[in-house]
Amino acid sequence: MAGIVTKKAGSGGDLRPPHISEPKIVKWILIAISIIFLCSIVLLPLIIVLFESLKNGIGLYLESIVEPDAMSALLLTITVAVITVPLNSFFGICAAWAITKFQFRGKNFLISLIDVPFAVSPVISGLIFILLLGTNSALGAWFESYNIQIIFALPGIVLATMFVTFPFIARELIPLMQAQGIQEEEAAASLGASGWKIFWRVTFPNIKWGLLYGMILCNARAIGEFGAVSVVSGHIRGETNTLPLHVEILYNEYQFTAAFAVSSLLVFIALLTIIVKSFIEWKTHQQQSQMQEVDHHG
Amino acid sequence: MFFFGKRNVLPGFRRTFGFTVLYLSLIVLIPLSGVVWNTLGMSWLDFWETVTSDRVIASFKVSFLCALVAAFLNLVFGFIVAWALERYSFWGKRFFDNLIDLPFALPTAVAGIALTALYAPNGWIGRFFEPFDIQIAYTQIGITIALMFIGLPFVVRTVQPIIQELDKEVEEAAVILGASRLRTFFRVIFPQLIPALLTGFALAFARGVGEYGSVVFISGNMPFKTEIAPLLIMTKLEQYDYAGATAIALVMLIISFAILLLINIIQAKSNKTSL
Repeated sequence: MAGIVTKKAGSGGDLRPPHISEPKIVKWILIAISIIFLCSIVLLPLIIVLFESLKNGIGLYLESIVEPDAMSALLLTITVAVITVPLNSFFGICAAWAITKFQFRGKNFLISLIDVPFAVSPVISGLIFILLLGTNSALGAWFESYNIQIIFALPGIVLATMFVTFPFIARELIPLMQAQGIQEEEAAASLGASGWKIFWRVTFPNIKWGLLYGMILCNARAIGEFGAVSVVSGHIRGETNTLPLHVEILYNEYQFTAAFAVSSLLVFIALLTIIVKSFIEWKTHQQQSQMQEVDHHG
Repeated sequence: MFFFGKRNVLPGFRRTFGFTVLYLSLIVLIPLSGVVWNTLGMSWLDFWETVTSDRVIASFKVSFLCALVAAFLNLVFGFIVAWALERYSFWGKRFFDNLIDLPFALPTAVAGIALTALYAPNGWIGRFFEPFDIQIAYTQIGITIALMFIGLPFVVRTVQPIIQELDKEVEEAAVILGASRLRTFFRVIFPQLIPALLTGFALAFARGVGEYGSVVFISGNMPFKTEIAPLLIMTKLEQYDYAGATAIALVMLIISFAILLLINIIQAKSNKTSL
């Protein structure tokens, strides 16, 4: 039954009789609308960052990037990402293991709770840590008595970033591990493999690309988070300024070239993220079609 | 296998479940409950006066109106983009497909200053509107454009897989039975896409209401005109008015969770009908 018309017309959907698809003119109008829309909303903003940052010469561009405040902002941003991504990855793996390999009550509720940070405005994500750990709160006062500063310092920035990026990896892994089921792990367990061995030898090879995918997204958001970090950072130049906050300060001081130059660093990270993401998608697609081929022959 | 209550042979449930709940509580649940705790400390009258003051109401109006318009425009254009990417082949298709993810990957502050530079009266796009006395940056139009940038991938990436999975034979059957392409689209294709379109719309809207980074640069931040609710929270925090900031935050949280609930209901319903 499947594809009678397509098969008669030759193979491939593009060779369907013309009256089944839209008229050519409609097709070209829709493509034109798409391209114009994407250019004016997404592509041109990207190009203007590079254009504005290089407008006054490469010398000024490099100067704005190697300047000490920019460098310390870069260092802080990397530090935050290096702490946040592994912790959230570990959480994501634990949560996905518990949720997908076992049955328990309230599982769907737990999954919804993990998604909660997606629904919270970035500014509120920062606010909650001020309420919890600011100098006005009991916990904040306690930390202060030991001279530990949380808010307006690195720990606060890390906490706010962890909150904002919390669901990324778990969300990537849960559907993936759900689809893979538990038969392979059960087989390994019945052959006497230990928990760690089962994870590293059976589960991990199956989820490694999904995990990397989640980590890449988590990393991009950790580096770029603005609202939440802006609330808890205190904007101390050279100390608690991340790269996005540094961009804001430069922009508000009318140092546009410098603001766009620092932005271009973030643009490169974003482009790299997209390239890696697209590579992983290609890789998993390839794996899937290979598996299907094995299924056909087997 | 599970339904017969067989004991699971896999190890590590207690440890992974325990850590999951602990980490979730420490990072998300306990901090978030602080918003409720702190508003409980306010009297009901104070709370009501804060969230219904003219400036707060005006900021909610700006946030919701702009997010609604942006989500709607994204629904229309996002659908066209998703359709073109899935059904047509054209030059640069893969490039544009990857470009859709940029708003997810690009820091919002960078998007904010780039869009401002582009749509300012002397910017590359803004200058074409200036002769007609249309100002884009520093008005609600500018806020809407920033929110369109932020929300676009939500619509496209929700609708795209559904278009891909559409059964083309059903369309062919409709045509063979004498329906025109337009009729086929509205009677056969479109109904199948409605749940995904609604989900994408709700996700884009929810993200837009809370968005801060990309908006503050292009909005101009004039109270009663282009001041969004998250910015007002920020302003109150800077004036050490924690109670006021928390009250506004609570209202926004309740609305976001209502939207989230709505999305879950839509998805549960569409899963049921597709089975």
